[in-house]
Amino acid sequence: MEPILTINNLTKKFGFLTAVNDLSFTINKGNVYGILGPNGSGKSTTLGIVLNVVNKTSGNFKWFNGTVDTHDALKKVGAIIERPNFYPYMTAAQNLKLVCKIKGVDYAKIDEKLEVVNLLDRKDHKFSTYSLGMKQRLAIASALLNDPEILILDEPTNGLDPQGIHQIRQIIKEIANQGTTILLASHLLDEVEKVCSHVVVLRKGVKLYSGRVDEMISSHGFFELKCDKQEHLLEYLKSNPDFGTIKVENDLITAFLNEPMDAVTFNKLMFEKGMVLSHLVKRKESLEEQFLQLTDKL
Amino acid sequence: MLRLLNLELQKLLLNRTSKVLIFISFVLPFTVLILSSIKINFFGFFTLELGELGIFNFPIIWHITTFFASQFKFFFAIVVVSMIGNEYSNKTLKQNLIDGLSKKEFILSKFYTIVFFSLIATLLIALASFFIGLYYSSYTEAAIIVRETSFLLAYFVKLIGFFSLCLFFGMLVKRSAFALAFLFILYILEWIVFGIISWQANMDLAGKIQNFFPLKSMYNLIDQPFQRVMMTKFPEKGDLMYDYAVHWYEIFIVLGWTAIFIFLSYRLLKKRDL
Repeated sequence: MEPILTINNLTKKFGFLTAVNDLSFTINKGNVYGILGPNGSGKSTTLGIVLNVVNKTSGNFKWFNGTVDTHDALKKVGAIIERPNFYPYMTAAQNLKLVCKIKGVDYAKIDEKLEVVNLLDRKDHKFSTYSLGMKQRLAIASALLNDPEILILDEPTNGLDPQGIHQIRQIIKEIANQGTTILLASHLLDEVEKVCSHVVVLRKGVKLYSGRVDEMISSHGFFELKCDKQEHLLEYLKSNPDFGTIKVENDLITAFLNEPMDAVTFNKLMFEKGMVLSHLVKRKESLEEQFLQLTDKL
Repeated sequence: MLRLLNLELQKLLLNRTSKVLIFISFVLPFTVLILSSIKINFFGFFTLELGELGIFNFPIIWHITTFFASQFKFFFAIVVVSMIGNEYSNKTLKQNLIDGLSKKEFILSKFYTIVFFSLIATLLIALASFFIGLYYSSYTEAAIIVRETSFLLAYFVKLIGFFSLCLFFGMLVKRSAFALAFLFILYILEWIVFGIISWQANMDLAGKIQNFFPLKSMYNLIDQPFQRVMMTKFPEKGDLMYDYAVHWYEIFIVLGWTAIFIFLSYRLLKKRDL
């Protein structure tokens, strides 16, 4: 796989506070990555460093194969950081024209990208008259101007209303479907779960995990069970070494697996033991549950 | 280089406030110059014609016009500090860097703009002085006309030096209003240091050291012309004599400061986390 961004032992200190601590990971072409972490976990600082706006304390990073300067590499990158930053007195088209001049892109792209984010009819309106949702869409158009090899989004739906969030997600999905590599930083887990194939989990500047979403924790999933003979069932589950933690909420039993087991086998087993289940679901932890498990460990 | 200049010009010329200020900084000295060159009749009581005083004669006109025009540099100074202040307050500086502009290019685009506007201001003053001079001057021989055009070079260097100082203050404090206040503080500071040195040592030494200070060295480039005008009226008074010419070392000092200010602005931006 072709690496787009390689980060090695990156550290950033703000005085006594270590915002990013010895972080290493690689972004490969074609995947959709999520950077997860609670507020203040170093997501934005990490992105700031690779985007040339924050100075690193130690370590290094390289864009593509490492032969170009960071600022030249950024011309092949599209990025949005937190809030959309444009010149308020310029129109959308003028703002994008400025970005074209910086990136060395043909002006013809302006209308094309405004079309993608549905702002073509407002292109001659001043940026200061835009709503937050429109500003964020303009930021996406701006990031797409150079048909970037990688799109970096930092909290793209922050502060938007439900329609705005939906529109932005829709646009991100379309872009991901076209094969563009995406790096999405967010603390909204369902957002990451919906679009990302890989995640990097940070907590207090330390990497907890990086890899595929579905391999995030070595878990075999869990069963949700209901049974009229609840006492018997609980007794059995506790005696069986295949099961670990068992939780009971009202009449719903949640049993976590220590060893792999599918629902058919389990159902058969129960039947042989003389217990008939009224409810049987095998599930894997949602990203949220996995994330909480990971971040609570430390 | 053209790309960077083009970039900055778009930022400036689409902004109404800076457009107005740029317009004023060019038009105002012009209007004053042209108004002063025409004959004004005060309701028949008396006529005021500055041209009669001989101040529009070659070569003294170069000295007079550049001295007065440089008093209007403050308008463009506001543009310079606000073009930095706005980049910070709109956070567009951050966005520019993310879009792939390097920090060096960012500073250079501001510096090129300063040079560009200083050049235009110098050319306009040169043209205006040339035509007014041709109209009023008693001597129009080519050799006399080109004498003392060094004042134009001094004017050009003075503008670049002063605006570079503004650029540096803008980068330092990130806010336009504070940057302008810093200019004023620097002015006072230079005089305080002058006072301290002349108190501890002597006036002569203090004056010599003060000539190396940024604002004073810029002022020194074009000395006040009033005394010179007086000299032409009373040539027999020897004590009016003073050295008003533009010296290479004066230009050198200001260019030195310019280099320092631009370099410091760059260092500041490079060290800073945005």
